Amino acid sequence: MEFPHFEAVPLAGAAVLPPVLFRREILARVDAGWRMLALFGLPCPGGVGLCCLLGRDADGRLAFLRQVPAESYPSLTPDCPQAHLFEREVHEQWGIIPEGHPWLKPVRFTGCPARPEEPRPAPGVTDHFQLRGEEAHEVAVGPVHAGIIEPGHFRFQCFGEDVYHLEISLGFQHRGIEARLIGGPDKRTVHFMETLAGDTTIGHGLAHAALVEALTKTAVPARGRAIARIALELERLANHTGDLGAMAGDVGYQPTMAFCGRIRGDFLNLTGLVCGNRFGRGLVRPGGVAFDLDKPTIRELLSRLELTRRAAFGAAELLFLSSTTLARFEGTGRVSAETAREIGLVGPPARACGLPRDARHAFPLPGAGPKDIPMQLHDFGGVYARALVRRLEMEASLDFIHDALIGLPEGPVRHAPESGLPSGMVAVGLTEGWRGEICHVAVTGDDGRFAAYKVVDPSFHNWFGLAVALRGQQISDFPLCNKSFNLSYCGHDL
Amino acid sequence: MNAWLHILAALVLAPLIPGIINRVKARMSGRVGKPLLQTYFDLAKLTRKGLVESHTASFMLGVGPAVSLAAVCGALCLLPSPASPAPASFGGDFMLAAYCLGLSRLALILAALDTGSSFEGMGASREAAFSALAEPVLFLALLALAVDAPSLSLSGMLGQGLSGALAPERLFVPLLLFILLLTENCRIPVDDPNTHLELTMIHEVMVLDHSGPDMAMISYGAALKLWFFAAAVTLSLLPVQAMPPLAAWAAFLAGVALVAVAVGLIESSMARLRLLRVPRLLGSAGALAALSLVLTVWR
Repeated sequence: MEFPHFEAVPLAGAAVLPPVLFRREILARVDAGWRMLALFGLPCPGGVGLCCLLGRDADGRLAFLRQVPAESYPSLTPDCPQAHLFEREVHEQWGIIPEGHPWLKPVRFTGCPARPEEPRPAPGVTDHFQLRGEEAHEVAVGPVHAGIIEPGHFRFQCFGEDVYHLEISLGFQHRGIEARLIGGPDKRTVHFMETLAGDTTIGHGLAHAALVEALTKTAVPARGRAIARIALELERLANHTGDLGAMAGDVGYQPTMAFCGRIRGDFLNLTGLVCGNRFGRGLVRPGGVAFDLDKPTIRELLSRLELTRRAAFGAAELLFLSSTTLARFEGTGRVSAETAREIGLVGPPARACGLPRDARHAFPLPGAGPKDIPMQLHDFGGVYARALVRRLEMEASLDFIHDALIGLPEGPVRHAPESGLPSGMVAVGLTEGWRGEICHVAVTGDDGRFAAYKVVDPSFHNWFGLAVALRGQQISDFPLCNKSFNLSYCGHDL
Repeated sequence: MNAWLHILAALVLAPLIPGIINRVKARMSGRVGKPLLQTYFDLAKLTRKGLVESHTASFMLGVGPAVSLAAVCGALCLLPSPASPAPASFGGDFMLAAYCLGLSRLALILAALDTGSSFEGMGASREAAFSALAEPVLFLALLALAVDAPSLSLSGMLGQGLSGALAPERLFVPLLLFILLLTENCRIPVDDPNTHLELTMIHEVMVLDHSGPDMAMISYGAALKLWFFAAAVTLSLLPVQAMPPLAAWAAFLAGVALVAVAVGLIESSMARLRLLRVPRLLGSAGALAALSLVLTVWR
């Protein structure tokens, strides 16, 4: 079943396919340029049926496919590598076995409700890839790190300083959010959304809002949409600035690191000026935003934006003019466009490989034009390209916010959706958060409540990209590669 | 008495050098920075703390820091004071000084390997590789100084200044010693002393398992080593032997402080090298040292 991304469609419209047809249909679409946005299990009479959401960047069409409930099915991964983590996830959550999957390692170490007799594994305790040989050695890092960052376990198989393989084992931050959303929406739903990944409050909030708006057919007032878009770009600016600073810090380049640490705070303060919270908590709500901007605030925002723009570009210029920094960035952590396409990278790392993947273009929010912000591409695929794409996106975001503030439409900021959702519908919320494409999919049950709510943070697609980027690299370059992706742990672990 | 004065000055003032470097870095990035005396505070805190030792480690873990500190002190005893020769000075003592520093490093490397941690093994191998490359540079640079020196000891070689009016090749020697200072003391562009990233560290990762008084000895030893190289750079530049004692001391202390400022400025203005590029830096330093020696002998 195909549909445009901003419409909710009845679940009954999607034919329930047998495993062979389901697989053939997905592979045919992936070959034709569709991308896997989500693959999840939907409890239905007779067991758990697989659902797959595919998207086409060229025209923003989505396809929703269902499979009959089955204990096992032929795995998609060998022919469609971007499905590998989804299949492991489904196996962990529902016990459905993808036959022929190369390695069904746990994703979040939650234990499988379908196999209650098996003890729940401790996080990180599983078989790991091993390299044998007299001089090969293994370096294990985390889950407790030397800095104040989230927990994750990284295993490097090294030969001297060269990394042959990096294995990333997450799940330490699992909170069970998806399970708690079932039966919603309720008063907590929005707050879960805002803390799915703490630094992507606006991104996830907006994806959820778009989903509820599609379900309830709510038209968002233009002013509310514009303020939400401004907040989304402010979030991007703050995080991209922080990333550039962190990348400079990892190579020991002090000027940009010191400046960006402060400038990131300046951007966060702008969000704070809009809604009173520096991370944008409480701003985006289904149907619009909860805070309006008055004239003095807009003037204040514009003047502070100009100052911060100058500071941010100064700091970025120092970085890109420093030959010692460029020597570290160039050629480090490359991912080829081919690999990126196969494993389904999204966000700045995908755009740094030359893949035009940007949900703001492919799946623009209703009321925002598809070309409201230019897309920034580069084709080196390495740390340098990821830094440059961020720098260029900052420029585009600043221009966008400036224009949006000046041309802010009049009118209300929110049109609250009617309470109660239609039953038996499928709806999708897609936004381009600063880390990449955020995808929320909800299926409502007969009672008008969420029967399944699937959250796909960009980190879910991109963690494997980091593992691939590090092959053949120096182990001492790992922190730099890691920062150039800057992925979320809790957004992955949910 | 005068000979021991320099040792005393080094023992008392050495922890000031990391303080100056940090202060310069902080000012360059618009921060106020830690107090100048922070290293003293840290040392005082560490000596009062307890010691945590790994169950799997042998006696080497505890012996390493003490041997390392003693060896650095030994090297310092061979370094001349601005106004008089070193307390111990004999022909060829620069070899002993170089290998005292080597022994200090070896002790820490063995202590690091003793812990059995993969990080520390990695750090130890990096430290060993880079110091092996730095050693010939040190000898070649000192030999260039030795050509015109009255005796083949550090006391004879240092403190002469860049004599011979126009001797461009001599200018290389302070520069080479400065590069060695950056390498041996794990400063940018070779290592980043401020990083918290275990995978990129060289020196800091080797001492992760040390704590309390052992850690104090390592930090103190590092400060003394920094003093050794800063003093060597200063003494190779300034003709202190020809100056009156007070002026010599003033010029010497100012020189050491300026070297610390220079280190701070370098750290605030460039990124560190990719680990694989460090041998190239040391290789070029070695080539420069050889050139300087050839030119000096040629004259």
